[in-house]
Amino acid sequence: MTRTEFWQGNIASAEGALAAGCRFFGGYPITPSTEIAEHMAVKLPKKGGVFIQMEDELASIASVIGASWTGARAMTATSGPGFSLMMENIGYAAMTETPCVIVNVQRGGPSTGQPTMAAQGDMMQCRFGSHGDYAIIALCPASVQEMYDLTAKAFNLSDRYRVPVFLMADEVIGHMRERILVPDTVEHTGRPAFVPGTPPFKPTSGLIPGFPEFGKGYGTHVTGLTHDERGYPCATNPGLHATLVKRLVDKIESATEELSDFDVINPDAEQVFIAYGAPVRTVQQVIADHPDKKIGFLRIRTVWPFPSHALALFKKARRFIIPELNLGQIAREIERHTIVPVVSVPKLGGDLHTPAELSGIWEAEA
Amino acid sequence: MSFEDWFRQDRLPHIYCAGCGNGTIINCTLAAVDSMGWKKEDTVFVSGIGCSSRAPGYIVTDSLHTTHGRALAFATGVKMANPKFHVIVFTGDGDLAAIGGNHFIHACRRNIDLTVVCMNNQIYGMTGGQGSPTTPRGCLSTTTPYGCTEPAFDLSELAIAAGANYVARWTSYHVKELERAVKAGLETPGFSFIEALVQCPTNFGRRNKFRQVADQIEYLKTHSLLKAKRDRMLELGEAIPDDMYIIGELMRRNRPAMGFAPPEAKP
Repeated sequence: MTRTEFWQGNIASAEGALAAGCRFFGGYPITPSTEIAEHMAVKLPKKGGVFIQMEDELASIASVIGASWTGARAMTATSGPGFSLMMENIGYAAMTETPCVIVNVQRGGPSTGQPTMAAQGDMMQCRFGSHGDYAIIALCPASVQEMYDLTAKAFNLSDRYRVPVFLMADEVIGHMRERILVPDTVEHTGRPAFVPGTPPFKPTSGLIPGFPEFGKGYGTHVTGLTHDERGYPCATNPGLHATLVKRLVDKIESATEELSDFDVINPDAEQVFIAYGAPVRTVQQVIADHPDKKIGFLRIRTVWPFPSHALALFKKARRFIIPELNLGQIAREIERHTIVPVVSVPKLGGDLHTPAELSGIWEAEA
Repeated sequence: MSFEDWFRQDRLPHIYCAGCGNGTIINCTLAAVDSMGWKKEDTVFVSGIGCSSRAPGYIVTDSLHTTHGRALAFATGVKMANPKFHVIVFTGDGDLAAIGGNHFIHACRRNIDLTVVCMNNQIYGMTGGQGSPTTPRGCLSTTTPYGCTEPAFDLSELAIAAGANYVARWTSYHVKELERAVKAGLETPGFSFIEALVQCPTNFGRRNKFRQVADQIEYLKTHSLLKAKRDRMLELGEAIPDDMYIIGELMRRNRPAMGFAPPEAKP
């Protein structure tokens, strides 16, 4: 059974988190993400959860990581400048393999930029923004429904892979209102089980260690320093550091196909749009406007790890056309994976691409 | 049990320099914790970055060794998410008062139920002896090579002004008093701040005319003035020397505090 609601994207994200069992939100107000914090402030106390408005975004993500070690599903939500402030502790979460969900309702940058306008300028920052090598998972919603569904999914992935998971929304999707079907329950997968008596940072299944939750008598020492399988600092052992960092990256990148989430439309098309987030809506309009034309479309929900294998599904492709609300951040990633010419269609300023702009590019070589 | 039962034996030896005062502060803290009769699985130590912040790694409970300055924000998450935990934070003057200053005043303002033990050695020890917000005027460090020209923070006064329920200051000389102060902090609901002035022979003492470890401990002893005595001197109109550290229990009050089981939600 489902029920129908008419919600704003940010509200849908907060509701998706609550349905997924999120019971801790540490945040700081910032446009255009604030509605998520406000909604959690209303709802969490009624569900026995905790909402706390921290003094800044450094503290917000820190509190989320602290809460996560007590076993709570925990999240924060932010945008541009706040996202930049979170970077150091995001690296800490990656290094300590702490499950946490970070919603970034992207706005125009750099700096204070355009607080009320949409952008996708943080796609590379979410992947590489903290120092050192690591890997993360990033999901990009293109509808209010997906703000709900992908936020809930983010918690499952974060728990399962013990990694920060980003919901990389944008101002358009965060603030638009749409009909949404709300399920009675959402899937809830737990954290990998810890076997008492084993080293707490030794991978148990595949490349991921069990989660040695605080308060169970395991005596877990968690440090951002390079650590051995016991969790003990071991910062000057070159081999151990290399092994640890490679595992942190491999546990995500080796699961790329399993994590991938995309739709393929007209796989035998010669010209293929590739989009994520708000530009998906414009491409969908172009396709709807030209029902007689074979317009290829790869629509990506899991942007990181990047599903490069999806590109090969378009066997006749002679152009990939990538509309983004940035100067071609993911277009550059796509170029890395294909010999098919890539046409980046950047758009800055906060307006979406118009259907005419995109269909014009397609028609120029139709 | 003894305070020694709280040590993570297989992590020893520790990284602290010969003559460092941090071990004294850790012993006093663990003795106080031990006297509380708490279960180890209900006790969490949290720290940031610096010499002081290595302490949780030598303790057998669950512990978070976090990023520079952010220990109180992490600890806030632990305590708010599950108030059953007894959360003790180890920090230092650089970690707490420089990079973490904002978190410090807000944790005091919230009066969240944490006990914070600050090892104030008046220097950045781990990075080799740079000036910190508590380096006294005129003192030498690698970044104040002509003498520190900035006034120092009084961390305890800061905690009082910002709203902490319990504030005490002692030194590495006053071990019994310090242990009692930590215990009082652990027993007091709300934010408890215990400042412990400690010697750092390697990076503070040797640049500031303390040729022996004992010289700096002796200095801390002779330049400490009990709050009660200071108050009597003030009543008598006597001058308080500028270079004295006011020690003792500086604040004990009962402001509304955070970090307990959430109140019943209003409909």
